[in-house]
Amino acid sequence: MAEGENEVRWDGLCSRDSTTRETALENIRQIIVRKTECLRLVKETPYRPADGLSNAVSLDGLNKLLAHLLMLSKRCPFKDVRERSEFILKSVQELGIRIPRPLGHGPSRFIPEKEILQVGSEDAQMHTLFADSFAALGRLDNITLVMVFHPQYLESFLKTQHYLLQMDGPLPLHYRHYIGIMAAARHQCSYLVNLHVNDFLHVGGDPKWLNGLENAPQKLQNLGELNKVLAHRPWLITKEHIEGLLKAEEHSWSLAELVHAVVLLTHYHSLASFTFGCGISPEIHCDGGHTFRPPSVSNYCICDITNGNHSVDEMQVNSAGNVSVSDSFFEVEALMEKMKQLQECRDEEEASQEEMASRFEIEKRESMFVFSSDDEEVTPARDVSRHFEDTSYGYKDFSRHGMHVPTFRVQDYCWEDHGYSLVNRLYPDVGQLIDEKFHIAYNLTYNTMAMHKDVDTSMLRRAIWNYIHCMFGIRYDDYDYGEINQLLDRSFKVYIKTVVCTPEKVTKRMYDSFWRQFKHSEKVHVNLLLIEARMQAELLYALRAITRYMT
Amino acid sequence: MEKMSRVTTALGGSTLTGRTMHCHLDAPANAISVCRDAAQVVVAGRSIFKIYAIEEEQFVEKLNLRVGRKPSLNLSCADVVWHQMDENLLATAATNGVVVTWNLGRPSRNKQDQLFTEHKRTVNKVCFHPTEAHVLLSGSQDGFMKCFDLRRKDSVSTFSGQSESVRDVQFSIRDYFTFASTFENGNVQLWDIRRPDRCERMFTAHNGPVFCCDWHPEDRGWLATGGRDKMVKVWDMTTHRAKEVHCVQTIASVARVKWRPECRHHLATCSMMVDHNIYVWDVRRPFVPAAMFEEHRDVTTGIAWRHPHDPSFLLSGSKDSTLCQHLFRDASQPVERANPEGLCYGLFGDLAFAAKESLVATESGRKPYTGDRRHPIFFKRKLDPAEPFSGLASSALSVFEMEPGSSSMSWFVDTAERYALAGRPLAELCDHNAKVARELGRNQVAQTWTMLRIIYCSPGLVSTTNLNHSVGKGSSCGLPLMNSFNLKDMAPGLGSETRLDRSKGDARSDTVLLDSSATLITNEDNEETEGSDVPADYLLGDVEGEDDELYLLDPEHAHSEEPEYVLPQEAFPLRHEIVDTPPGPEHLQDKADSPHVSGNEADAASLVPVDSSFSLISVSHALYDSRLPPDFFSALVCDMLRFYAEQGDVQMAVSVLIVLGERVRKDIDEQTQEHWYTSYIDLLQRFCLWNVSNQVVKLSTSRAISCLNQASTTLHVNCSHCKRPMSSRGWVCDRCHHCASMCAVCHHVVKGLFVWCQGCSHGGHLQHIMKWLEGSSHCPAGCGHLCEYS
Repeated sequence: MAEGENEVRWDGLCSRDSTTRETALENIRQIIVRKTECLRLVKETPYRPADGLSNAVSLDGLNKLLAHLLMLSKRCPFKDVRERSEFILKSVQELGIRIPRPLGHGPSRFIPEKEILQVGSEDAQMHTLFADSFAALGRLDNITLVMVFHPQYLESFLKTQHYLLQMDGPLPLHYRHYIGIMAAARHQCSYLVNLHVNDFLHVGGDPKWLNGLENAPQKLQNLGELNKVLAHRPWLITKEHIEGLLKAEEHSWSLAELVHAVVLLTHYHSLASFTFGCGISPEIHCDGGHTFRPPSVSNYCICDITNGNHSVDEMQVNSAGNVSVSDSFFEVEALMEKMKQLQECRDEEEASQEEMASRFEIEKRESMFVFSSDDEEVTPARDVSRHFEDTSYGYKDFSRHGMHVPTFRVQDYCWEDHGYSLVNRLYPDVGQLIDEKFHIAYNLTYNTMAMHKDVDTSMLRRAIWNYIHCMFGIRYDDYDYGEINQLLDRSFKVYIKTVVCTPEKVTKRMYDSFWRQFKHSEKVHVNLLLIEARMQAELLYALRAITRYMT
Repeated sequence: MEKMSRVTTALGGSTLTGRTMHCHLDAPANAISVCRDAAQVVVAGRSIFKIYAIEEEQFVEKLNLRVGRKPSLNLSCADVVWHQMDENLLATAATNGVVVTWNLGRPSRNKQDQLFTEHKRTVNKVCFHPTEAHVLLSGSQDGFMKCFDLRRKDSVSTFSGQSESVRDVQFSIRDYFTFASTFENGNVQLWDIRRPDRCERMFTAHNGPVFCCDWHPEDRGWLATGGRDKMVKVWDMTTHRAKEVHCVQTIASVARVKWRPECRHHLATCSMMVDHNIYVWDVRRPFVPAAMFEEHRDVTTGIAWRHPHDPSFLLSGSKDSTLCQHLFRDASQPVERANPEGLCYGLFGDLAFAAKESLVATESGRKPYTGDRRHPIFFKRKLDPAEPFSGLASSALSVFEMEPGSSSMSWFVDTAERYALAGRPLAELCDHNAKVARELGRNQVAQTWTMLRIIYCSPGLVSTTNLNHSVGKGSSCGLPLMNSFNLKDMAPGLGSETRLDRSKGDARSDTVLLDSSATLITNEDNEETEGSDVPADYLLGDVEGEDDELYLLDPEHAHSEEPEYVLPQEAFPLRHEIVDTPPGPEHLQDKADSPHVSGNEADAASLVPVDSSFSLISVSHALYDSRLPPDFFSALVCDMLRFYAEQGDVQMAVSVLIVLGERVRKDIDEQTQEHWYTSYIDLLQRFCLWNVSNQVVKLSTSRAISCLNQASTTLHVNCSHCKRPMSSRGWVCDRCHHCASMCAVCHHVVKGLFVWCQGCSHGGHLQHIMKWLEGSSHCPAGCGHLCEYS
């Protein structure tokens, strides 16, 4: 049997036309049946040593197919595909072949599955979103399923991501995915790395590159340094970094390519934050998502296990999280009260200028020491760390040594005036898309807080946004940093700090222990604020360096 | 002189004098403002706040307003303004949201007068009332504008823009009560200072933030706005709806705009990012700035005309920590460097071209052409009157005309459609193409194809005798020496003159090539009028139908040797190079295609029987087998291709290039190939041969060409209900939530191919409509239209 015949084409399933999907599914069914038959024949005939290896290979291939089908049966936005894939799986099972089952607990480890929207029960608007996402990627990933708590944002997010990865742009497609892998690996985010390894291979990337950054072209290796600094200490980016990339003879980047790469890097750094911050589970068809490939130490990200994100811990954490409902009730009340107070007394007492300046410095300094008590040294899993160099370089180093973060004044270089123009000039349309995304994330509100309705949350959102920027040394002249201390309590700060700076250390305990009375959708909302603020902060530093290089 | 005298009166006896000069500041400036006596300027920034006196030769620091030991954020200025009535009064907007007024008349060192802390966010702009002494207006990031009466402690009124942030506020110069404000969301609002409850008028001026606005000093209703979308727009506010009267497209976001005094249509702009120059535009001529000041090394943050009645002095402050005075007469004028040229095709293939005469003359003098390969042309040139706008002395207009009949390009279309370029063994391709050429009466081309087949496809190789023979033949039939032929056929007596003119024509068409991307179109009127009365003067001899030189003036005519014609490189990096990235489906196609590329040996083997028909050739096969590999000929073949391209037959050059593929590609440099491809594709597209051109694009191996198909593949549609663009999905409108395209047959939304009748505009799923129209000839929507489907 020729290999080409067995080549499975999944793209037909992404079509919006049901007949096309049907034929594509029928094709897949036939291939699977053929493969199963083939296996059964081998099984029935007496053992021949020569067949052993090929048998194992074909079994492996079949298992991959089955896992993919399993994913489709759960996550495809089209009902017909879901039902049909389930049917195929069943029929395979009847033939005596083991079929995989999904592992775990829905799209997120932090959020109970029942809280999350089930595929199939979405409304028309969400369905079109899902269908779009599915058509673009051939899957509906867990990130999408969690973000769909906020469909307005999700739409803008997907549009941007689609544009960055698939539409016109200066970088070739496989470069884009590889850069995504580099960025996600910086935070040891095996989830994103796995996804993009698949995509990278799918667009024809060279599998050799995946063995480590040193196997990638020199051009990409040069980007490693920027990736490292951008992820952990963006304030250290100077125009020399940019110059080094742009003037490397035959390996040099063009400005347009560099901006594309920077946008991708920042996008994936912050997406890694989201992945950890919301405890996104591995995709069903990827390693660790189904019973054929249970999470093993080698394949599954070690940090997940050491972080206590493992299911074993869950019971215990849950009991800890339940501590006192009444306590947490007062938490919300207290927060509301504080917001009201701040609103009212704002005009009365005016802090002096020095006071304001010192408040920022204090917040900035303190933010460095805000850390969860249980952070122990984590060596990144080899599997992921090979995509970047210098594994020891992290955010933590300087926080221990109390390194000084210089102040970046947003009034001198801000996204709306400067960053946008630069991005849009060098990578048309993307500035617009990112700008929209920032706006939606910043302005998103349902005027609710936990059980309260009609609350103006702008103050709280601004405090969160500015706190993150404060951690990166970005200062708003017109903001009183005292507000942050009033509105964000310690456990919340710990969570923010961890998600933004060392996302790989987020634990379920941290997720559960802040804002206990709030809904999961609100916690996801917080995450959206976190990742967008982080992306903007990184972009501001990188773009400022580029601007300085250009002038 | 007359202006000078007016200035003198305005200033009460002293004239403005000075030169272009600059001085170094200690820190980057954010804004500047001029005192009404035009002798002092205030510079404000995050850590600078100083007054300089403008003297004849230099700036002299007069006063530092940043006093006090501790730096306060109240002194970190985003904007500064000097009162135009009272020379002691200044106001600043601080980045922390404070509005400060300064009274220079105070005896103490600290001149700070009042402090308004009402805004919650950064104040972006402050503005004094032009005639009222005590009225100050501020616009802030928090979305509010406040009006202060300086005699009171707090604001008199607050205006809410109902939007995120105010970027600029400006009192109207003529209307006492009116002010304009611009917003981050692209809106401009007009307010009456007495009515804080709602704005008088609001309209969307720009896409994205409007950073600045400026009222025209004389024209009552004119407001200039500048935005992040790189546009400067001039609005006429006197009409019922704000009307856009002028629009200038700049190259970077517009940070400041200021009308030039005494020049009704001039305004100065500077940018916020990337571009450091200050431009003065004539709004009627929006493509080329009238003047340009290039002194600054970093972005210019503030501009101000020194005196409200003097158009020649411009002051500017910049992030590079300098304060400059620019003299208008020292400005560089891009217009002078531009070469105004126009090019236009007529209805029947005539071509008119106009350019500055001096330019034309030097060009033709510099590049004498020895002969002319482009003959079937009528040709005439005339001087046209001096161009009024830019004040050029004169320009030359040339009109090129096609000979009636000779413009028929049917052979080109036929050839393009019938040639086979891929998908079969080389020999078959050559044979096929030779046959096509022969049928169209192009024997020389047919011969070439046959030769190619012999060279590359015989199992052994061609003998030397054959080689000589074919090469000799190639050159003799390829070069019937057009030049001499032409000369002979020219009308006697006119010959020499015409030749001279024609060579000029050549030279000029070359300059067209250079500038066709620059779209400098002037003199359109001239061309029209001139073109209509061109007498068919010089008839050049009839030309053989099969000749390929008819397509003379195609702008991309293959002059591959001249590197200057290559498009600006910069255009490409922005588009991605997708060579190595075919997604899934194309992989398979590649595999399917591969046999014809790699099938060299297979071809050769299969061709043996065919070859035997050439008995002459096959005789000597065995003898020369080893000595003459196909490489031997490649130089000749390349010469041949160049020859064809030179002759204007890019079609042949490209076709052979594609058919031979790897065999010759490496011998022709990439740029030449790319040039041939672009020329051919352009030709094909002009003849609407979209399929062929696409095939060529696909088969080309040049990266730049094959990515042509990848660029701008998006098609935008508008909603049929609300007429807004449908951004995310093609079938449902985000705004009105209507499904735009319903199938008239099944009444479902059409998400894939939508076909509609051009008569009644009803339509639906392709299949449904096809099926319906098989059975009925009426429109399925029941409108009674007799639809046709073909």
